[in-house]
Amino acid sequence: MTSLLQRNYTSSELLAVMASRTLADGQTVFAGVGIPLLAATLAQRLHAPGITLLFEGGVLGPFIVPGELPPSTNEQRCTRRANMILPITDVLLLLQRGYVDIGFLGGAQIDRYGNINTSFIGDPAKPKTRLPGTGGGNDIASLAKIVVAMKHEKRRFVEKVDFITSPGFLSGGDSRARAGLPTGGMHKIVTDLAILGVDPASKKLRVEALHPGVAADQVRANTGFSIDFAPNATVTDLPTGRELEVLRQLDPAQLYTA
Amino acid sequence: MPQTPPVKPYAQLRAETAGRDRSLHDKVVTLDAAAALIRDGEHVAIGGCMMSRTPSALIWALVRARRRNLTFSRSIVSSDGDIVFASGIAKKVITSWFSQGIVWGISRVMRAWTESGRAEFEEWSHMSMGLRYRAGAMGLPFMPTRSMMGSDVGRLRAGTTKDFVCPFTGEKLLLLPALNPDVAIIHVQRCDQFGNPQIDGLPFMDHDLALAAKRVILTTERIVSNDQIRRQPDQTAFPFFTVEAVAEVPYGSAPHECYGLYEPFFKHMDLFAEMTRADVEKGVEDYLKRFYFEPKSWTEYLDRLGLNDLLVATRAGRSIYDD
Repeated sequence: MTSLLQRNYTSSELLAVMASRTLADGQTVFAGVGIPLLAATLAQRLHAPGITLLFEGGVLGPFIVPGELPPSTNEQRCTRRANMILPITDVLLLLQRGYVDIGFLGGAQIDRYGNINTSFIGDPAKPKTRLPGTGGGNDIASLAKIVVAMKHEKRRFVEKVDFITSPGFLSGGDSRARAGLPTGGMHKIVTDLAILGVDPASKKLRVEALHPGVAADQVRANTGFSIDFAPNATVTDLPTGRELEVLRQLDPAQLYTA
Repeated sequence: MPQTPPVKPYAQLRAETAGRDRSLHDKVVTLDAAAALIRDGEHVAIGGCMMSRTPSALIWALVRARRRNLTFSRSIVSSDGDIVFASGIAKKVITSWFSQGIVWGISRVMRAWTESGRAEFEEWSHMSMGLRYRAGAMGLPFMPTRSMMGSDVGRLRAGTTKDFVCPFTGEKLLLLPALNPDVAIIHVQRCDQFGNPQIDGLPFMDHDLALAAKRVILTTERIVSNDQIRRQPDQTAFPFFTVEAVAEVPYGSAPHECYGLYEPFFKHMDLFAEMTRADVEKGVEDYLKRFYFEPKSWTEYLDRLGLNDLLVATRAGRSIYDD
């Protein structure tokens, strides 16, 4: 068992490392800024050099310069050594056309069917908090297989999201396909405690792996709904020195990994 | 509140285009004259995206001219959205994402104005915004999409979209209403006196905005000769005959970026976030006074941003062309 005191990485660094491992070489990955971008870039530097990144600002196949992480996916820093820049609508249409393997998102709130809320906390008609909204999140989640990286907290993992900004498996079963979304859907949710996947029949989230030193009860206690464990649930490998080293080169100011 | 602007009948769309002077003629105006072309109550589409090629100077001039009841639309808004709400020139912004930027957290101004019901943030998915402008640009009343279905983003907009079954395949699709703004305001790196705009770097949705809008008003970092445009016609971003007026405004996107010329003025963006953090109402009022109302000219505004920040942004902006 590894205690928190012995850890030589932050929760955000753990998230970025674990998320990077979900990506495979040769994939096209539509990434948002923050942990998704860091994780995809980390994968690109280590086990998956052939990943092609897509940014919704209109960038295809860039190569991020260490220490110059873009503040969003819409500024010139995103275009470094890109293969192509193109209009926003056209880069998003690559999702609809089927050229994107993985959509990589962060999330404010997620429910048991992998629906994500980034729009409203409380009643949308009279919200407690108005959040920034979908951006391309709804399009990415409607049209591609999704990986989400987020902190594992009870207030974030809720029975039912206040608002479905980015569709997961809606109300489970075949409800997503019946709504007109026959492709894509939630694939993996990487948290600082575990890796979650989706039960193939019910489409409910389930724990597929725990991070080293994390107990099953810890995951249950930090999840706002009852969650099952996959029959063959495993334990992930600790972040390696090399993974942490490259990650810290990418984000030396700890903009996203503090 | 009323939902999104209604789709324009085709006859009206054609009549508006037919009424336009399509000749190559001089369209150069001052910044104030450009702002005067935009009238109270109009729907203004903002070019660029988020912190990039924002027509900041033209928005600055609209705030100073105290326009009222404008509706703004944009792919993604950053602090420009905060400014049009807090200054009172707009009650509504139609966009896909609204906050200064992820590193600064959720916009305090956007929250204060929308949560109190003083202003509305009408949310569409990013691709839907793009397809709505594209339908408008194509002279079509709608665009089918496979996005936004099943979600509450779609449900909230159900009054203005239509569920649709494809007559060829029987598949479920969603029809998005065309967006044809009254005016598109777009900032570009260079343009000639006739309104031939040339854009370096990210094109965002600007081509579709220009074609969808009834009128287009440009600001440009510099005005160049028509001969210079003709040497690189592949760089011209949209047809000159869509353009009504062009004003030369160096650093016209400050404190946001203009590709290849300057990055966002990050210290100033920090200052804006800081000033609106504790007491948002007072903070944004002080900000508007200091940066929008007190300066006598755009040059004086840039002076207040400061030479140091301007040079830092410029050095970073130009570095995009370094190996």
